[in-house]
Amino acid sequence: MNETSLNISIREVTKKYDQFYALKDVSLEIKSGEFMTLLGPSGSGKTTLLMVLAGFTNPDYGSVKFGDEEVILKPPHLRGIGMVFQNYALFPHMTVEQNVGYPQKLRGVSTAETKRSVEEALSTVKLEGLGHRGINELSGGQRQRVALARAIVFKPKILLMDEPLSALDKKLREEMQIELRQLHDTLNMTTVYVTHDQKEALTMSDRITVINDGELMQLGTPNEIYEHPNNHFIADFIGESSLLPVAVRNGKASLNGEEITLAEKTKKSGDFLLVVRPEKAFLADKKVKGSNYFVGNLIDSIFQGESQLLVVELNSGDDDGREVRVRVPNESVTQKALPLVGENVTIGLKVADSYVVS
Amino acid sequence: MTIAEMEKPNERGLQQVAANERLTFFGLTLPYLLMVTALIVIPVGWLFYLSFIGRDGSLSFENYERMMKSKAYIRIFLTTFKISILTTIICAAIGYPLAYFMSQLSRKWANICMIGVLIPFWTSLLVRTYAWLVLLQKKGLLNNMAIEMGLISEPIKIVHNTTGTLIGMVHIMLPFLILPLYANMRAIDKDTLKAASSLGATPTRAFWTVFFPLSLPGLLAGLLIVFVLCLGFYVTPAILGGGRVIMAAMKISSNIELYFSWGAASALGVVLLVVTGIILFIASKLVSMDQLGNR
Repeated sequence: MNETSLNISIREVTKKYDQFYALKDVSLEIKSGEFMTLLGPSGSGKTTLLMVLAGFTNPDYGSVKFGDEEVILKPPHLRGIGMVFQNYALFPHMTVEQNVGYPQKLRGVSTAETKRSVEEALSTVKLEGLGHRGINELSGGQRQRVALARAIVFKPKILLMDEPLSALDKKLREEMQIELRQLHDTLNMTTVYVTHDQKEALTMSDRITVINDGELMQLGTPNEIYEHPNNHFIADFIGESSLLPVAVRNGKASLNGEEITLAEKTKKSGDFLLVVRPEKAFLADKKVKGSNYFVGNLIDSIFQGESQLLVVELNSGDDDGREVRVRVPNESVTQKALPLVGENVTIGLKVADSYVVS
Repeated sequence: MTIAEMEKPNERGLQQVAANERLTFFGLTLPYLLMVTALIVIPVGWLFYLSFIGRDGSLSFENYERMMKSKAYIRIFLTTFKISILTTIICAAIGYPLAYFMSQLSRKWANICMIGVLIPFWTSLLVRTYAWLVLLQKKGLLNNMAIEMGLISEPIKIVHNTTGTLIGMVHIMLPFLILPLYANMRAIDKDTLKAASSLGATPTRAFWTVFFPLSLPGLLAGLLIVFVLCLGFYVTPAILGGGRVIMAAMKISSNIELYFSWGAASALGVVLLVVTGIILFIASKLVSMDQLGNR
């Protein structure tokens, strides 16, 4: 264990409201110094879990340890965590300096040391010289930075963030994602970050915990979560996948009655969903071995700047028209004419990319 | 013709639309403006004029001079301020915890509590004042009960004096303090308290460093309304004070009804108005400074 961070050990944390589980038997190890994102749709329980860590919500039972110390019975003000709230929760009656200096004042830090640490924290978040401003004179992005400076000024070993970037516009949000990640790498405190934005989670995290309906769905690196979702909820939630029903009988997989080859050969018999990522699928001129092919009708072609998104309706035996999305590079880059809406197209998907989820 | 000289599309028409809108807004405020002029500006002006008219009908400062010299007047002013200040302080001491409690409840329960605050507020002032008289008088409910329970042997005097006046006035004034204070407290972002707590503040510390300063504008507004209303209060001190507690409004009334001295009454009214104006001015400075976020 190093000095600037602590590991977090969550065991069997359960919180029930009437008949509804906000958290159901959640167990999770967060490594010291790790950037862990809790990802899930709204109402999934991710914020509840963060509030349990902060001490604002008491679970029905369960254990939360910071390092070796059990904290679940401790009130929030004794947990020594830094926290950034969704709406920043700055103190409007104090200046920037007073906001950032607040935790230092509570800790009885000397005036000189408080001044020094406030300046350091403000410079870490690139707000040097704004100390005397009132909170109402700041832009949304600046408030975000003040909230961050206030949470790190006393060098907590654990930093909790509750959707801190959701109120910012897209461009600023993307800049801040990278900045927050760099900040984490500099300060090296254990960070637990809550978001519903899968792209944000993939960009920033060391590991991601996907939560849905109060249950832990999958825990892994961004790469693992994206490339190998372990169920259809995650396959659907992360990325813009198309999910196609696949039947496996006696070791042979078929889609719309046509046999296909899967990346994993050992699937048991049953019904599964084939995950087709738009960027993994491609337009095929001719069929070559090593890929699966689907024929369909191009029903929409959407220009998206650097790429073109094609929406293809597969020709299926039953009238159940399945859509597949295919992302192809922009025409001017490839110098190849794209098919027109209404034309029949053949889509390829490499066997290595053909995986199914249940 | 140059471009600058050419008429821009619909320029005149759009100006006409804007002018019509202004006219509509003026039209909407007109009834109120007329009412204020007729019922406030003119009578207050008349009052002001009367206060400078002496007993012999000539222009003089005698009404004001008498007020400065007469011990009775000075005592009335002292009583008025004493009662007003005490009422305001007691209202704050009772009202702040109640408003805080209500602000922490869920909307549903807070609304139920609010009805409890508002029902007396909607009941006639006179009815409530006489109700207090029934409760507090020598052979009233409170004294009888206390004697029966053996708490006291002789009835104690809690009405027709300062105590009775204060009890009645606090009861009447409390909603005026609670309403603005509660509205202010509701608007305080609860996450700021959570933030204080996560940063290491004990609940008491978080309250005094975050909640209390943020509730100050509402508290000041409430204190101000109560104090200003107290300064001119007539019915309750007249009934519950039993003639022993004489406040400015009662003196104004007796000047007119007993002595037919409109000049003296007007002068007293003007002084009250000026004092109220000064207090409002100081308070507005305090509140706006607070809102600028400077300490």
